[in-house]
Amino acid sequence: MSTPLSGPGSATQAPGRGPVGSRPPRSRDHAPITVTGLAGKVLLLGLTAGIALWAAFPLVDGEQWAGLALLAATTAGLFYLYLTRRHIPAKYLVPGTLFLIAFQVLPVLYMASTAFTNFGDGHRGSKDEAIVAIQTSSVTQVPGSAQYALSIATTGDPATAPLVFLVTDPATGAVSAGDAGGLRRLDAADVTVTAGGRVTAADGYTVLNVGQASARSREVTDLVVPTAGGALRSSGLSRAYEGKAVRAYDSGCDCVRDAATGRTWTADEEVGAFVAADGERLAQGWKINVGLRNFTRVLTDGNISGPFLGALIWNFAFAIGSTGGTFLLGMLIALVLHSPRMRGTNIYRVLLVLPYAMPSFAMLLAWRDMFNADFGLINNLFGLHVDWFGQPWTARFAVILIQLWLGYPYMFLVATGALQAIPRELTEATSVDGASPWQSFRAVTLPLLLIALSPLLISSFAFNFNNFNAIYLTTEGAPFPADNPTNGATDLLITYTYRLAFGGQGAQFGFAAAISLFIFAIVAVVSAVSFRRTRKQEEVYS
Amino acid sequence: MGGRRRNRWFARVGWRHLVAVLAVLFSLFPIVFVLSAALNPLGTLSTSELVPTGGVSLGNFSGLFERTAFERWFLNSLLIAGVASFASVFLSALAAYAFSRMRFRGRRVGLLSLLLIQMFPQFLAIVAIYLIFGTITDLWPSIGFNTPWGLLLLYLGGALGVNTWLMKGFFDTLPRELDESATMDGASHAQVFFRIMLPLVAPILAVAGLLAFIGTINEFLMANVFLTSSDSKTLAVGMYGLLQGNERNNNFGIFAAGTLLTAIPTVLVFQLLQRYIVSGLTAGAVKG
Repeated sequence: MSTPLSGPGSATQAPGRGPVGSRPPRSRDHAPITVTGLAGKVLLLGLTAGIALWAAFPLVDGEQWAGLALLAATTAGLFYLYLTRRHIPAKYLVPGTLFLIAFQVLPVLYMASTAFTNFGDGHRGSKDEAIVAIQTSSVTQVPGSAQYALSIATTGDPATAPLVFLVTDPATGAVSAGDAGGLRRLDAADVTVTAGGRVTAADGYTVLNVGQASARSREVTDLVVPTAGGALRSSGLSRAYEGKAVRAYDSGCDCVRDAATGRTWTADEEVGAFVAADGERLAQGWKINVGLRNFTRVLTDGNISGPFLGALIWNFAFAIGSTGGTFLLGMLIALVLHSPRMRGTNIYRVLLVLPYAMPSFAMLLAWRDMFNADFGLINNLFGLHVDWFGQPWTARFAVILIQLWLGYPYMFLVATGALQAIPRELTEATSVDGASPWQSFRAVTLPLLLIALSPLLISSFAFNFNNFNAIYLTTEGAPFPADNPTNGATDLLITYTYRLAFGGQGAQFGFAAAISLFIFAIVAVVSAVSFRRTRKQEEVYS
Repeated sequence: MGGRRRNRWFARVGWRHLVAVLAVLFSLFPIVFVLSAALNPLGTLSTSELVPTGGVSLGNFSGLFERTAFERWFLNSLLIAGVASFASVFLSALAAYAFSRMRFRGRRVGLLSLLLIQMFPQFLAIVAIYLIFGTITDLWPSIGFNTPWGLLLLYLGGALGVNTWLMKGFFDTLPRELDESATMDGASHAQVFFRIMLPLVAPILAVAGLLAFIGTINEFLMANVFLTSSDSKTLAVGMYGLLQGNERNNNFGIFAAGTLLTAIPTVLVFQLLQRYIVSGLTAGAVKG
């Protein structure tokens, strides 16, 4: 591509500083060591060592030896790299690459591996953890079970830190601290106990007052402390009882049996859950590998594949509509303003570009309320009574219009810059040859503009294809069909995925990851194809 | 006679002004709406109009500071976006220098993989990021959930992809004679980078920095997953919360006031740098 566009790069070369000093030429390998360079190096390496040391302590505490080895290797590698005089390119590439690997490449790989599991709510941990959870959650009070005096405490912030039960055994007076991991005896010297047996203070713990404890009463009710004979649960905020687990795991039949009703649920390794004879599943399952099941589910499960295909088509329409619409409008206005006779273009430009400088997340929310059916500005202004986000097509129209508003100033700016770089002689020559303005635009200006802007259009397409904010902050995917509350008419694949992973209906991390991989593949293919078409390979390698 | 001249004027220039004015109206009316909602003393969505007629007051602004942790969100956003854009511009300038001026094994592969990675938005892996940071929060709470530093690290993961290509294109336009003669005079590669290249590419650094700043301020998804306690929220997360649930109608006035305040830093910097932005974006577009 050899369009003679002159960016500020060529314009600002003049003030460049001359070569440093005028010492005799030396070879590249023996540049002198300067004081600032040395000081900078010592400072940065010292900082690196400090950070590594700081990061090492928790790893040692947690006995994470693999993590510690990785940390040591990375730090040693960094020291080697910046102390040697070789590997100069790496000195410049490694800092960014480290972040890239840690926070982008690794998550993608991790996510890809999750896509082959049933990981999600109810399938988080191992089978053993699932069994413990099933047994402890079935604990009920049996007549005559022991009652303990209870204090609620934490080891950190009273509002957010994990809860701990401080209980006093009525028979022995011994105080124990209990959490989901079990009961632990506390030294009598470390605690203050009232006559009634309640703990008022304990070393290392913050005892919650009644207000703090009742603010978290849900968590207090949910906390189950496993004990030898069953488990401890709270009854109210000041009493706890020791109950018996009604459901127990029997390794002989690899099943869970309910002592009260006699029902059994047999472990099914295929689905990672305990399943009864009539097909009923226990909520708590475990994580298993499901192979390609998440992927085939997208294609074969009728409840998913239909809406998924619809969302895919809409996703393309949205990305093409937003990119194409903003490009057309932006280019049109840039062309209109691009005339030597126009006065006041600077003022127009400043005003036109304001939407681009406004915080887009907030303006998306403002637009959402402008489309409000009851008291939105659009309905008021035009005297309409349209429920914009309540019907599929008006909702789709609305989000595209919002995208147009948000995006066209950018395209306008870029098109203005590209237009200024097209030599006027070219268009003047065509008009001398008798071409109409439209013909000269078609034959000269548009192709040159497209050459200059097509990489931008592609990246804009890729961005809009996954434009999470545009949907989530306006319609949230609505309107939803009556029979499918997970996939709405304006849902992009990315908002659909987000709802699968974090929505209120229970996380399905594995399935969400599989959909993410689908999106990866689609965006990569589209971008690769368009890049091949629009740029010569040499450009990429230049 | 005069009529015909006016017609000719309209045919040549006048219609351009007409189109431009229409476009300006389209650009401005949502902003005017937000402005009028911010100044409207009633401060609800159902009472807001395009032009304020019910009087003007700054009550929404004081309400914003009294009823929400707005200044906290504002500082968090400025801190995160400021540091993240500065660091990511620096990291990608380092990489762009190497890709532009040095020839080494893996250069082609490196450039192409950057192009590819750039197409994969980081937040598609949000599930994995969530789980990874769950572990990080356990080990190092000071860079875990609800901290600006963790979010900052996360944003830096995408630092290389965004700007490196744009900057490499810019470095490529600088004549090699400059740094070659400096090298002949005994300057080290670091001196060439910091004292010759960086000052020359300052305009593109400014543009890339501003774009990164705007992008970070507006980032919602990862921040929303990441920051849940009121003190650590960014503007995007905090103001989204203002319009949640039943408060949506009542809070619209203070939300609009917050929107205007949020826009101030960006608009200021934007107007300062506008000259660079037009040419900087175009250069980026050409060089990809």
